[in-house]
Amino acid sequence: MTDLDQFRIETRAWLAENCPPEMREPLRSDKDVCWGGRNYVPSSPAQKDWLDRMAARGWTVPDWPTAYGGGGLSPAETKILREEMAAINARNPLNSFGISMLGPALLKYGTEEQKLDHLTKIAKGQIRWCQGYSEPNAGSDLASLATSAEDKGDHYLINGQKVWTSYADQADWIFCLVRTDKTSKQGGISFVLFDMASPGVSTKPILLISGNSPFCETFFDDVQVPKANLVHEENKGWDVAKYLLGHEREMISGMGLASSGGNPLIDGAIATVGLSGGRLADPLLRAGIALFEVRARAFGAMSERFIDELKAGRAHPAQPSMMKYYGTELNKTRHELMMSAGGSDALEWDSDRSNGGAAARSWLRTKANSIEGGTSEIQLNIVAKRILDLPS
Amino acid sequence: MPLFLNDDQTALQDTIRDFVAEHAPVSHMRALRDADDPTGFSRDLWKQFAEMGFTGILIGEEHGGLGMGHVEAGIVLEEIGRNLTPSPFLTTAVAAVTALTGGYPDQARTWLPRIAAGDALFALALDGGPKHQPVNASLRAEPSGNGFRLNGRKQFVVHGHVADMLIVSAVTGGRPGEEAHFMSLFLVSPQTQGVSVEPVRMVDAGLASTITFDDVEVAGDALLCQVNQGLDLLGTLNRAGGVGAAAELLGVGGAAADMTLSYLKQRKQFGTIIGSYQALQHRAAHLYSEMEVARAAVLKAQQLLDANSPQADDAVSVAKAMTSLATTLSVQEGVQMHGGIGMTDEYDIGFYMKRARVLAETFGDANFHADKLALTAGY
Ligand SMILES: Cc1cc2nc3c(=O)[nH]c(=O)nc-3n(C[C@H](O)[C@H](O)[C@H](O)COP(=O)(O)OP(=O)(O)OC[C@H]3O[C@@H](n4cnc5c(N)ncnc54)[C@H](O)[C@@H]3O)c2cc1C
Repeated sequence: MTDLDQFRIETRAWLAENCPPEMREPLRSDKDVCWGGRNYVPSSPAQKDWLDRMAARGWTVPDWPTAYGGGGLSPAETKILREEMAAINARNPLNSFGISMLGPALLKYGTEEQKLDHLTKIAKGQIRWCQGYSEPNAGSDLASLATSAEDKGDHYLINGQKVWTSYADQADWIFCLVRTDKTSKQGGISFVLFDMASPGVSTKPILLISGNSPFCETFFDDVQVPKANLVHEENKGWDVAKYLLGHEREMISGMGLASSGGNPLIDGAIATVGLSGGRLADPLLRAGIALFEVRARAFGAMSERFIDELKAGRAHPAQPSMMKYYGTELNKTRHELMMSAGGSDALEWDSDRSNGGAAARSWLRTKANSIEGGTSEIQLNIVAKRILDLPS
Repeated sequence: MPLFLNDDQTALQDTIRDFVAEHAPVSHMRALRDADDPTGFSRDLWKQFAEMGFTGILIGEEHGGLGMGHVEAGIVLEEIGRNLTPSPFLTTAVAAVTALTGGYPDQARTWLPRIAAGDALFALALDGGPKHQPVNASLRAEPSGNGFRLNGRKQFVVHGHVADMLIVSAVTGGRPGEEAHFMSLFLVSPQTQGVSVEPVRMVDAGLASTITFDDVEVAGDALLCQVNQGLDLLGTLNRAGGVGAAAELLGVGGAAADMTLSYLKQRKQFGTIIGSYQALQHRAAHLYSEMEVARAAVLKAQQLLDANSPQADDAVSVAKAMTSLATTLSVQEGVQMHGGIGMTDEYDIGFYMKRARVLAETFGDANFHADKLALTAGY
């Protein structure tokens, strides 16, 4: 038996013993997601146990170094852990922009102090982060951002406004792009971290079409940020921002694909329209689902290949754009089909039967997948220019 | 196993890419078509394929082959697709070899070395109608003496007019609706009394035959499997053929996309390179994405087949359906983005459109495979 086989056996046994049964059920709504943070209120004792046990092993971030609260696992071991978790439908113990976005950027660009401090807290779910990139006049054209950071010797003085900041009202800290030089567009941006409790920070929620408001306008009014919170060099924040966006795109492209247990789309369609002679009674819906499944499964293979190539260091640097584009467009199609399969049941907005309009709200939410983290049009621009080498 | 080619496979790809591009580029196919060549392909080239070992790529070393897998066979097929090379590789070196390998050892001993040497060509008489339907009653075989008597008709038998041997699927019993439990596979020489082969020129300039079986007597040892137990072997054959056709489609779609891309970078209108127009850039980037996803699906299916995985069946359907969709898009966008020149016979892009259409139907189109996946998943 190889070490990896041994690792799999031990991991399986540990998960069997430590993953509470309630954490092996599919997520029913947003409320079941654990985000951690200073204001974290567990939705159940099981949710808290699950987070605590996984964090204690460093398995909220299995492939980070143990010095920063990670599990120190090799890529192969990390894959085994994910497979074993999927096999029992284990929920993600901790969802976090810290894990999927800021973490990788700090691992690459952070100082040792920054890593020790921030990464450890992310791993344990103690600090919840939000992303301060977009501004009212800087969306797709992110580099035209205007929020200014004035050099005051030992600190920066920050003034300006961000928009679309997901969960800013619940986040503890923000990673933020600010302008430190007005004379250079991309070369005048810096990447800073600060506490959302700092004087001068305020947020205002934005209601979305899904009826939820996890997004905010965020205002900075003479916010003082110590210079030690600058990541990488002054005016070189664009490098960090781009690196982080690559990870954000990867994360978004994978969303909704790893549906645990059963296939809600197919199950839902069977429940509403029924089978006739072993086939879905609505032939056009059936055809729509079947052709979607072809693409979804093929994209599953593509995701596997993408990860294999990343690990081997042979992925094209712009490939996350293709993955993000394809994955998000597919996810929207899936939810459009789910709504069609659900019929009027899926239209109910706040009934018990619809679990508080879960299907409709998710459907509406997925429409943003091809906007957030860079729109589909921007991803296609990147593929066209950087992979296909088409002229400007 | 990572989902990309390893170093050995990449080296093989380089060899094959160079060989096919040098010996059988699109102009080779065009010349055969212009000459209205009655065989539709080049026997010399097939012999060279054998000398290079390609014909034996899936054949075990004990039978004179290279003993490689579907990943490697797919590498050859992709280059064949890329160059639109008319070749019996898919029918003979992939589908027939797979069926013979899974059949009786005697037949394998007889035929595999000859295929490896480039001396025997096989064709598949499977489809009874214009749409792929693995279980069909277009041909029945009844016991007769210590053998069988075959009656019926098969169509879309690619390379049927030049084959030394046919692999024929037949219903050997049962009532209508029960055919699946009574399928058998036979090896039949087209020279047998009562077999008539009528070649038809197809849209891609290749030839496929309609074959009629009129009281054709074959001996008992013509069976490739136990009588009425052919469904498994037929499945094996169709999986190998399906994933092979998918690989060839990748080549067709990939080459069409490459041609289109280089045209976008060179054609000027309104004083500008047309590839700088965002409307075209986005379509090119979308096309690229579809082809990449299809490529991953094909390799996944090949690896699962080589590993004898129970998931291979679904994966082959995904690969065949996905490559059919992606390549159809690629050739359609190809013609469109070439503008008027794309509609001319002189320019090659139209050939890709024709070949893609033929391959999309071969071993089942996207709808066939999507339907199959759906039934397997219970809806
Ligand atoms: C749900 C959600 C969550 C988000 N979370 C965050 C967050 O946490 N933090 C954060 O900083 N931001 C966040 N964003 C902001 C997001 O990154 C921006 O919305 C996005 O980058 C698009 O910018 P915009 O909204 O200004 O649209 P615009 O840039 O104004 O785009 C409008 C339209 O024009 C198209 N377009 C623009 N430029 C081009 C071009 N060059 N070529 C072709 N088409 C073009 C776009 O594709 C789009 O269709 C979030 C957005 C959403 C919807």
